[in-house]
Amino acid sequence: MTITEGLQKSFESKGMRLLLLLVGLGIAAAIYRFGVGLGASTNLTDDMPWGLWVAVDVLSGVALAAGGFAITAAVYIFNMKKYKSIARPAILTAFVGYAIVLVGLAIDVGKPISAWRPLIFWQPHSVMFEVFWCITIYTTVLAFEFAPAFLERVKWETPLKIIHVLHYPLVIAGIVLSFLHQSSLGGFFLIMPSKLSHLWYTPNLPYLFYLSAIAAGLAMVSVEGIISTRALKRNVDEMPILQGLGRGARITLIIYLVAKIADMTYQGNWPLLFAGTKASLFWSVELIVGVIVPIVLYSMKSVRESENGLLVTSGLVLFGVVLNRFDVNFFAQAGTDALYFPSVWEFLVTFGLISAIILAYRLAVMHLPVFHEGPLNR
Amino acid sequence: MAIDNGKSKGVLVDLTRCIGCRGCQVACKSWNERSVKPTVMYGNFTNPPKLNSECYTNIRYVEWETDKGPVWQFVKSQCMHCKDPACASACPASALIKTPEGPVTYYYERCLGCRYCMMACPFHIPKYEWEKTVFPFPWVRKCTFCADRQADGKTPACIKVCPTNVMFFGPLDDVKQEAEKRLKENPGKYVNHIYGKNEAGGTAWMYISAVPFAQLGFETDIPDKPHPDYTWSMLREIPYKVAGLVVGLSLIAAFRNRGSSEPDSDTTHGKEKKP
Repeated sequence: MTITEGLQKSFESKGMRLLLLLVGLGIAAAIYRFGVGLGASTNLTDDMPWGLWVAVDVLSGVALAAGGFAITAAVYIFNMKKYKSIARPAILTAFVGYAIVLVGLAIDVGKPISAWRPLIFWQPHSVMFEVFWCITIYTTVLAFEFAPAFLERVKWETPLKIIHVLHYPLVIAGIVLSFLHQSSLGGFFLIMPSKLSHLWYTPNLPYLFYLSAIAAGLAMVSVEGIISTRALKRNVDEMPILQGLGRGARITLIIYLVAKIADMTYQGNWPLLFAGTKASLFWSVELIVGVIVPIVLYSMKSVRESENGLLVTSGLVLFGVVLNRFDVNFFAQAGTDALYFPSVWEFLVTFGLISAIILAYRLAVMHLPVFHEGPLNR
Repeated sequence: MAIDNGKSKGVLVDLTRCIGCRGCQVACKSWNERSVKPTVMYGNFTNPPKLNSECYTNIRYVEWETDKGPVWQFVKSQCMHCKDPACASACPASALIKTPEGPVTYYYERCLGCRYCMMACPFHIPKYEWEKTVFPFPWVRKCTFCADRQADGKTPACIKVCPTNVMFFGPLDDVKQEAEKRLKENPGKYVNHIYGKNEAGGTAWMYISAVPFAQLGFETDIPDKPHPDYTWSMLREIPYKVAGLVVGLSLIAAFRNRGSSEPDSDTTHGKEKKP
């Protein structure tokens, strides 16, 4: 089968056509956004300069793509051979995810054609500079980490050998860059001590962001593993791996919970929780549904041994981390009397970006050796 | 980044002197060639109700009830021109710069429109040109402290037109001394606080008032620490963290993978896999 025929075949399913439609709508909405400006196409205002796109496409998207560095660290640094089979899918998710984060950023910022400037003119006092720089380089690193899948497919031996030699430097660079920018996404908000509610504000926010990103990354790899195995009808038993991921997520969540409680105590912020504000409600939902319940569920044998149990529990972890990023972003802007609900264009762009990630993932696993058994479309 | 070399200018705003004529608002708009945004009557005389990309300064009409009836306090708002501004440290492209003369100025050609300055500013000052599309691209807009007029040796437009001398303009040290002098010479007239002397590490614009600042809508929870320090304490550690992580990860990888000759998973992938 030629590649063209293979691609045609890929789009025969209804799911793929729906994804294609959503990507198309997203592109149309992005064109509209540049045509009429941010003011007319979004519900962003001077009181709410960071909306849905920052909360989902950047803050949540980067956290959910953390599986890429977490799994490569486990496999290549800690030599946990068991997870080797999911290293490439995790790298693929991260690569596609980060590439789409960059696209999302280009749509969100007011003047994307100036985006090259921070790469040339350094401003090391800015967290935004650091994050932008890290995300750009890490996307490149991920491209190199994923390149072998493509090079094997086209049987291009020389670059394959070069990347092979660079393997460990790339893995280590990926882990270091991830630590820096995952934590710095929390670091964004360090400069807002009088704006962000102190239920979230703490000098340790970067480390909390890093921990929750690891939990989110592991949960995301689990969810995506379960769903893709079912959707693509792969005949593999991934339960041992999924249980291992669940264990990893559980340990990370416990460390996160202990760190969060210790930090709240040390900063003396518990009275804020009992103030009965909207912030304390969201904080409670985030911690109970997104952290404590998953820890309990992961600890139950019946959940650990059921694929659906792991799917639901991982889903709760994702919910908790995404809610956390929403809370931090929006409660940092809640001091004003702004009411914000995203416009239909904002939703269309975000749905389009998410669909693009799934679409690219699916095309890649169909045509490239991502899974152990090779390209699924072969 | 903090600049305090005697050359830096500042302003003392004595709110007890303001009569709410809004001459400053008009002068600002005129000098900076700002247009208007339509507003509607909403039960308060503050117009426009908030600063926006076309309005760098406005007079807020704060109203409350006393025994003798309702009273007004007029409050001028504009960029505070912090000594060590959060916005300038937040900007990834150095589009916002604290000049040695005092003003925090903006270079539109550098700005990418990430709006982190708007998030970072504790005084809610930078505003965005939301209505702009691509040619021209939107700018961040805020009071310039009339840096252009100051460069010509002139007084900022709003101060120049003020009929009741609300604003005292001069070197930062003189401004501070003047504020302290007025508090000392008029016991009981002012609340004992110079707003902006310490807020966010100190600002070039300072306020004294007869009415508590919280009642006038000022942000009163702003810590005295220069705000860039909050993020710099994390950013300055990056070189050490990178070095530590690289060494640590390399050692762990070398230890955990000792004796294994095949570092990569590539051979187990795809076509090379034997069923």
